[in-house]
Amino acid sequence: MRYKKSLALAIFLFLIASCFISLTIGSKTNGFNEAIIRLPEAFRVAFQGETSTDELTLIIGQLRIPRTLIAVFVGMALGAAGCLIQGHTRNPLADPGILGINAGAALAVVLCIWFGITTSPSGYVWPAIIGCALAAMAVFSLSSTGSSAGNPLSIILAGVAISALLMAVVNALVLSSDSALDALRSWSTGSVAGRDISVLKPTAPIIAFGLILALTQIRALNLLALGEAVASSLGLPVQRYRILGITGVAILGGAATAAAGPIHFIGLAAPHIARSIMGPDYKGIIPLAIALGGTLALWADIIGRFVVRPSELQMGIVMALIGVPFFIMLIRRGKVYAL
Amino acid sequence: MSNSIRSIRNQSFSFILNPRLLISMLVFACIAIFIAFFSMTVGDYPISFSQVLNVFTGGGTKIERTVVLEWRAGRAFVALTVGAALGFAGALTQTIARNPLASPDVLGVTNGASLAAVLMIAFIGEHMALVPFVAILGALLTTMFMFSIAGKAARSDMLRLVLIGVGLSTFLSALTTWAIAQTTLDNAAAAKLWLTGSLNGRDWGNLPLPLIVVILALCCAGWLAFVLSALALGPDVAHFLGHKVSLAQAVQLIIAVLLTAVAVSAAGPIGFVAFVSPQIAQRIAKTPTPPLLCSALCGAALVATADLIARVVLPWELPVGIVTSFCGAPVLLYLIIRMNQKNTV
Repeated sequence: MRYKKSLALAIFLFLIASCFISLTIGSKTNGFNEAIIRLPEAFRVAFQGETSTDELTLIIGQLRIPRTLIAVFVGMALGAAGCLIQGHTRNPLADPGILGINAGAALAVVLCIWFGITTSPSGYVWPAIIGCALAAMAVFSLSSTGSSAGNPLSIILAGVAISALLMAVVNALVLSSDSALDALRSWSTGSVAGRDISVLKPTAPIIAFGLILALTQIRALNLLALGEAVASSLGLPVQRYRILGITGVAILGGAATAAAGPIHFIGLAAPHIARSIMGPDYKGIIPLAIALGGTLALWADIIGRFVVRPSELQMGIVMALIGVPFFIMLIRRGKVYAL
Repeated sequence: MSNSIRSIRNQSFSFILNPRLLISMLVFACIAIFIAFFSMTVGDYPISFSQVLNVFTGGGTKIERTVVLEWRAGRAFVALTVGAALGFAGALTQTIARNPLASPDVLGVTNGASLAAVLMIAFIGEHMALVPFVAILGALLTTMFMFSIAGKAARSDMLRLVLIGVGLSTFLSALTTWAIAQTTLDNAAAAKLWLTGSLNGRDWGNLPLPLIVVILALCCAGWLAFVLSALALGPDVAHFLGHKVSLAQAVQLIIAVLLTAVAVSAAGPIGFVAFVSPQIAQRIAKTPTPPLLCSALCGAALVATADLIARVVLPWELPVGIVTSFCGAPVLLYLIIRMNQKNTV
């Protein structure tokens, strides 16, 4: 790929432009200029809780700004988490969900309903974070018995076992309570609609920390791609980096799932797309996957807003509908590689 | 640890005898059959084990014959057949994908069948008897679609096919979730129940189709096992050894798809069996790749046990899919821990 640096830069700029587009599009039609002038006041509405007499400012501040920001953060988190998990398990089919975080979050949400704690998406955030963390810890500790901390095969298998166990409990609870089913089925589609800015308060710092953690894993992932034995003989402390890496996946994936529900495709596809543009060096792959993840998530939300006007299609569905054919096209062109 | 695999040769043929594999197969078969017969003793009208055996050998009172033969035996045999189908399909898929993460879901078949069934339950809502046929239709359409979009290159490259299958199953599963979110709560509950996998209400009528496909698969199993152990070394090596690689891969895929389609249509997508029975069978029989017949028998034992537990453990009946996860997950975890401990120097 000769123009890879320029393409990467273009994608970063596109992400920023998409944020502006997202702030100016919605089911209430308005002109581009009208929305731009109102932006500063809208940010004050969003972050400082002021109110405004102008309807468009309120809409931008209370609805569009939170959605845009949450979508971007969630997408970035999933893109980075996908790189980490595919690099550490060296399995091209891996995505952050294999650590059981989707199942852990679903169980936390259902238990919230069951015990009547809360039913709003913003209220699920902390329980979901705790659920994801516990599930990931269970997976990692189960795969770390014996001398090696988390060898890839046992991480994968332990993740499948824990996910199945937790989903069995979820299904049992959901099949015996209609209100639980109702709440779970709307949460399961994965959406940033109806979340307000308070969702970002716990998750944004966690995601930022996770992204920094992901960026420190670049050298380790490059070496691990040569195989564990080679990496270790080249001086990489494999155990330490693996623990850090899996923790990073759990943090990023957990915060993303807690904020927006389970979104399935970004963690799988963004690393592959980034690799097809930037080549095998993780120094290029991880930042580009972060940007791509954010862009994919944001555009999934934008498209969901105008494709079935005046109602909306959730981000998770749009991601599946559009992302998958695109991914399949990439596979056919041979741009998806084995690891 | 030395393994007592022996080869038996005479002038015209030779084959490999693996005692451990044979013993594991026997053990799984005995467990499966015993549990199936034992499950016929429990229910609203308790019957003792010897009475059940009596019914099958021709005796027993009229009410016992009705209860056993009409109500319970059909369900027990459907459980065995569905379990065997899923175990076999799982072993084939994991060998095709050469990845222990693989299960027939990866081929998109389960999700295609589920989507078709859920669309029918959610938006049409009646005619529950037609759901199995709709499910098979969904499975077959999905497979044809996957092959057609895979393109020529992917048909021979298994990794690409599996990646496309993963993408397709994500797509279909998202659509299924969306369908459940859009419909009325009652239909959503019915759809969710079907999706969990249940043997409730299954009887002799559900048996013929899965049984035929399983028997077909078992007939091919001999040739398949032979070819698969060569394919496990890689398609190139298998080609050099003289096997017809494309034919073998095509037969593998078709059988895996058919088995999954009929299993899902009979009992819904019972999760986890197709994934875990090859892994359990492989670790117990200590073979390098998931053994075909052994996985089928292990799957049958797993589903039969799960069905028994589903009926017995709580006052109301649990869907069997929930119990297979509960049974299967700890077994898998135990195997993982043992595997890790063995890697310790």
